[in-house]
Amino acid sequence: MSEDEVFDAEEVYARASWKKTLFTLVLFVAVALLAVFAISMGAASLGMGESFRVVLAQFMPTEEVSTFAQVVVLQLRLPRILMAVITGISLGVAGAAMQGVLRNPLVSPYTLGLSSGAACGAAIAIVLGVGVLGPGRYIIAINAFLFSLLTMVIVYGISRMKGTSIETLILAGVAMGYLFSAVISLLKYVSGHEELREVVFWLMGGLYTSRWENVIILIPTVLILTTILMRYSWDLNAMSAGEEVASSLGINVNRVRLTCLTLATILTASVIAFTGVIGFIGLVSPHVCRLLIGSDHRYLIPCSGLIGALLLLASDTACRTMISPTEIPVGILTYFIGVPFFLYLLVRRKRRWWQ
Amino acid sequence: MVAVKLEVSDLNFGYNGKTILDGISLEIEKGDIVSLVGPNGAGKSTLIKCIDRILKPQRGTVYIDGNEAAQLSSKDFSKMVGYVPQSTTEVFPYTVFDIVLMGRRPHIGWRVTGNDVKIVSRTLKFMGIEEFASRYFDELSGGEKQKIAMARALAQEPEVLLLDEPTSNLDIKHQLEVMNIVKKLVWERKISAVMAMHDLNLASRFSDSIVMLKDKKVFKVGDPKSILISENIERVYGVRAEVIKDSKGMPYIMPIEPV
Repeated sequence: MSEDEVFDAEEVYARASWKKTLFTLVLFVAVALLAVFAISMGAASLGMGESFRVVLAQFMPTEEVSTFAQVVVLQLRLPRILMAVITGISLGVAGAAMQGVLRNPLVSPYTLGLSSGAACGAAIAIVLGVGVLGPGRYIIAINAFLFSLLTMVIVYGISRMKGTSIETLILAGVAMGYLFSAVISLLKYVSGHEELREVVFWLMGGLYTSRWENVIILIPTVLILTTILMRYSWDLNAMSAGEEVASSLGINVNRVRLTCLTLATILTASVIAFTGVIGFIGLVSPHVCRLLIGSDHRYLIPCSGLIGALLLLASDTACRTMISPTEIPVGILTYFIGVPFFLYLLVRRKRRWWQ
Repeated sequence: MVAVKLEVSDLNFGYNGKTILDGISLEIEKGDIVSLVGPNGAGKSTLIKCIDRILKPQRGTVYIDGNEAAQLSSKDFSKMVGYVPQSTTEVFPYTVFDIVLMGRRPHIGWRVTGNDVKIVSRTLKFMGIEEFASRYFDELSGGEKQKIAMARALAQEPEVLLLDEPTSNLDIKHQLEVMNIVKKLVWERKISAVMAMHDLNLASRFSDSIVMLKDKKVFKVGDPKSILISENIERVYGVRAEVIKDSKGMPYIMPIEPV
């Protein structure tokens, strides 16, 4: 320990809080800067200047821009960038909330079977052409969304039979994930060429279908759900010390668990319904944040969301520019970018907490 | 004037058709340290958890300051009763300060006030662990962790402190430190403490009153001198024991052999 170490606990706390606030702000700025950078990147050679003029022209009608640039920036790039940010936030926030509420570092929307459930719903819609709410434009998204929710209902229902134990819930989620994967394999096996291709694309996830109408539905949904989850920060903090301690701190453990899981599930389901399966971000974002700023959920939830946005936006921008004019599905690249980054943090940081 | 702080009346608890506690009644006075003793499975920890509403008894009532505990909101109840578990594990990295700050949960909304920070800081000082404030919980030893769990319960500013075998995982120095803290706390803040205890000699030295549990029921209640006698120990634990007096005249138990 160094000589000038401060032992005044109040000051220690004030300093730590300031650091975490600063970290949150830095992340926020980083996401904004990356988004600005991403607007000017793409197959069509539009420089940063021109891209900006297009965006500015929306607010100042005096600016002259070409229709081509307008379509590229406003109809293709901007909704896609926003979609990457929103999806990253959703998955990061949902991952942090799920890990916190279940006290388990391995939990993510993926491990709880939500992604497989969504994929199964989507595959049914693609291959069999049937949706839960009948046919229509959003048949795939709606099916994926509802199957994801259904998965959580089943998983939670099973855990209820065993006194709402966390272990049962996680194992039931893993098992359901396998079951849905089997259904997907079966559907892939019986499907025709076109459908197979579409299912495979959905399973890899991608943001290439991003449209303004999706973005406009998702922005308020994600903001509201994230805000509500953040209000549970203290309960999540207390619950990480165990159910008994949480309960002695006046927390209704079962109710908080059910509420947070439901919110996180809706959050996940509503984005992956549009993007397809995007793994890893929900698992890794909370860990990256914990390694950097600790586990206080007041900071962890927003930072995990922002880290998720950074990772996904970086991956997606790389996806659509690396071998342009074609692109790699973002689901693949999130692993290529995310895993080395995560492993680096894991090995470099001295702190360990999974004994 | 002696006030009854906590009263347990005819409490029954069991699960899967198996009774764990059968008709437990107790009165705990303000400013008292009470030890619950008895063999494994006698229901000491279960009774602590029933009092703290962590477990829901099938029958019976807990009164605190004459109010029925079950009628209080969980938040109000948690302002009055603090709980220290037998051992604490944190899955995720939290600093010591953050963990103790969780004890303020019953008192705060979302924002931490300067007052909360002061209380946490004062509690850390009281426990002599302020230099750990910025350390991570999992880097600390068992004894230090136990003190931090106590500090969290103290930050709740409870009037009754429940401790589940507070010394069972500790070395002798930390055992004495933890017990001294309980004693000082009860004395300075005029609160009551109820502890589940395995170590009869620590219970003898530090308790005002001892509750002996046997076969799901209260076997005997009284001060250490009258309860910790060979006859009771043989009947409750099935162990022949010699009881001698320590330098302060308190009973010191030396187990000889099982009967």
